[in-house]
Amino acid sequence: MTKPLVMAAITAALFNSNLALADSETEAMKQQLDALKSEYGQAIKALEDRLLKAEQSAQQANDQAQELAVKVEQSKASQPVSSGQNSFNPAISLILDGRFASFDNDPEDYEIPGFALGNEAGLREKGFSVGHSELVMSANIDDKFFGKMTLAFDDHEGEVETELEEAFIQTLALGNGLNIKAGRFFSEIGYLNQQHAHTWDFADAPLIYRGLFGDQLIDDGVQMTWLAPTELFLQVGTELFSGSRYPAGGRTNGIGAWTAFAYVGGDIGIEHSWQLGLSHWEANDVEGRESGGHEHGGGEAETPSFSGDSEINALSLVYKWAPNGNPKNQQLKFQFEYFDREEDGEVVMLNSGTPPEMTSYDGDQKGWYAQTVYKFKPQWQVGLRYDLLDSNNRGSDADVLAEAGLDNENHNPQRYSASIDWLPSEFSRLRLQYNQDKSYGETDHQLFLQYTMSLGSHGAHQF
Amino acid sequence: MFDQLKKRHWLTVLLLTLCSSTAYAQLNIFACEPEWAALTRSLAGDGAKVYSATTDQQDPHHIQARPSLIAKVRRADLLVCTGAELEVGWLPLLLRKSGNAKIQAGQAGYFMATDHVSLLEKPAVLDRSLGDIHAAGNPHVHLDPYRMQQVAVALVSSLVKVDPSKEKDYQENLRIFTLEWRNAISQWEKQAEGLRGKRIVVNHNNWVYLERWLGLERLAVLESRPGIAPSSSHLGEILTQLSANPADMILLAGYQNDKPALWLSKKTGLRVVSLPFSPSNEENLIHWFNRLLQPLLSADS
Repeated sequence: MTKPLVMAAITAALFNSNLALADSETEAMKQQLDALKSEYGQAIKALEDRLLKAEQSAQQANDQAQELAVKVEQSKASQPVSSGQNSFNPAISLILDGRFASFDNDPEDYEIPGFALGNEAGLREKGFSVGHSELVMSANIDDKFFGKMTLAFDDHEGEVETELEEAFIQTLALGNGLNIKAGRFFSEIGYLNQQHAHTWDFADAPLIYRGLFGDQLIDDGVQMTWLAPTELFLQVGTELFSGSRYPAGGRTNGIGAWTAFAYVGGDIGIEHSWQLGLSHWEANDVEGRESGGHEHGGGEAETPSFSGDSEINALSLVYKWAPNGNPKNQQLKFQFEYFDREEDGEVVMLNSGTPPEMTSYDGDQKGWYAQTVYKFKPQWQVGLRYDLLDSNNRGSDADVLAEAGLDNENHNPQRYSASIDWLPSEFSRLRLQYNQDKSYGETDHQLFLQYTMSLGSHGAHQF
Repeated sequence: MFDQLKKRHWLTVLLLTLCSSTAYAQLNIFACEPEWAALTRSLAGDGAKVYSATTDQQDPHHIQARPSLIAKVRRADLLVCTGAELEVGWLPLLLRKSGNAKIQAGQAGYFMATDHVSLLEKPAVLDRSLGDIHAAGNPHVHLDPYRMQQVAVALVSSLVKVDPSKEKDYQENLRIFTLEWRNAISQWEKQAEGLRGKRIVVNHNNWVYLERWLGLERLAVLESRPGIAPSSSHLGEILTQLSANPADMILLAGYQNDKPALWLSKKTGLRVVSLPFSPSNEENLIHWFNRLLQPLLSADS
């Protein structure tokens, strides 16, 4: 009985010791495994870290290499293109303009009854002619001033006339929305007046510009403008002029004419933009403003000369539309302007004998035009324009008024125009334009073929 | 008359006092193109109101000096534009009409991106018969992420000059931007490995920097001269050229006239890939670059 017990005990002991043995071995192996694990883990982590570092440094090296490459390009590219002295020259551009004009009526007979024409008003020459060529120079003078000069060359009866069209300086650094311009410049009256003729959408000026200003109002003086710090574009300004140039004329010292103007404008969404303007021009004490005379068979021309007060009120509206606001491919532009001039004084016919013929004069001349230009392809645009004038002038001597061209002959001058432009690039334009011109009694059919080219530096154009 | 003048004078003085007492809490930043608006927004943070003068649908060469833009420049503290004559047709006029001294050329508030990076394709000959070329070189630098990074660094120093009180914020924004931008670049470069050596035809030569970065090979430009619409004879030449030496795809910016590209696509069976040339409204740069690469990658697969 004891034997099997002993056996069992031994077996159990053995078994147990075996178990104990096994237990301790597992433990050791476990420990070894753990040690291995952590060792490998560390090694792997170290490897991972090294890999990450390698990747990062590769990335950095790549970045540096790229940046270096860019810098190399930079050093290659930053070689000056011209010598130092030349690069400070003003921006120079040259406008070449030429045309072929055909008129049914004799352009010498041109008149607008009720409007005494002066300055450059008229039809200019028939056939081929070099139009209005311009040489424009401009630059920032320093951090305070900008300067610009425009010389215009016109061929007038075989002689080349050079005219100083613009010569002004303008402030840059006044801040607070203030700008001051001084010298000779286009007045801000009206919308089209501030723009050079070569940027116009038609070959000739609207009739009302021709009638009131002799195409454009330029004078010597100073201009002050202020732009409001608002979301809406709001600009107000005033100009003081010498008044020595048409349609003031005669005054040689002091302030002969002045203007006041206000413009508002903005966008409607991305595709539409607009500008509305009100302006006023006034010249008091005009002395001897001469307008185009009528020659009566040889002899010296009798020239009407106006003295008195003159004022003009104007309204202008411009609206533009471009799909997605991108005028490069397509654009529609509509503009409308209305002018009203009132004058009070007297008109004397110079060279009409002694004593000269004269009359009191109370004049009212007004008119408007509306035009639409549609650029339907990047290189093509078409335009339509309508002009209408009206006048009501009174005076003590109706005959003298009539001789001065101030009798409206019961005729409302009007004109229909249509044009098509080809714009091969930003710098060139070819235009074909037709006018049915009813400025005076006899309707004239006019045809223009015009080229306008811009050479040299790239000018910025106004809205 | 002098009475009237006097009255106007008083009005001016009154308005002046009104406007000089207006204090701006935020910086007003006028960006000429959406890419600079996006970059400026991420660098200037909430401290700035950023306005983009153009959208991705507009050709930045041909913008008009609209009254609304003049009014915006009037109130700007900083101008962020491309430069290199890209905006020559409109920006000088905005500056002169704005009556704003802070953002005139040479002032702290006048920042032109191309002044701070190197430009490719600087013409050796300046002649307009070659089209509307830019004397300083190709201005479309925003399509190279490395140049974008350089511009970011320069822009932050301009921001600091304009508003030194926020220097720390700007530097921190730059650090974050650089980190994210570098990560994005390495991702894009991995994604776009397959594009290396792809041969492309472009509508206008405005992808130079993207081509250089991704290693694309430009076979032809549809415009025979920059800025001048493709002529049919030139398109014919390209067609013959491509039949001898085929391309992989035609690239087009979203705002460009797609007719010449579609014509060529019809003749050759090449895919026209229209890419967003600039970020859309309020889009950030990384998102836009992803969107820029996506059509290229899917055209490739």
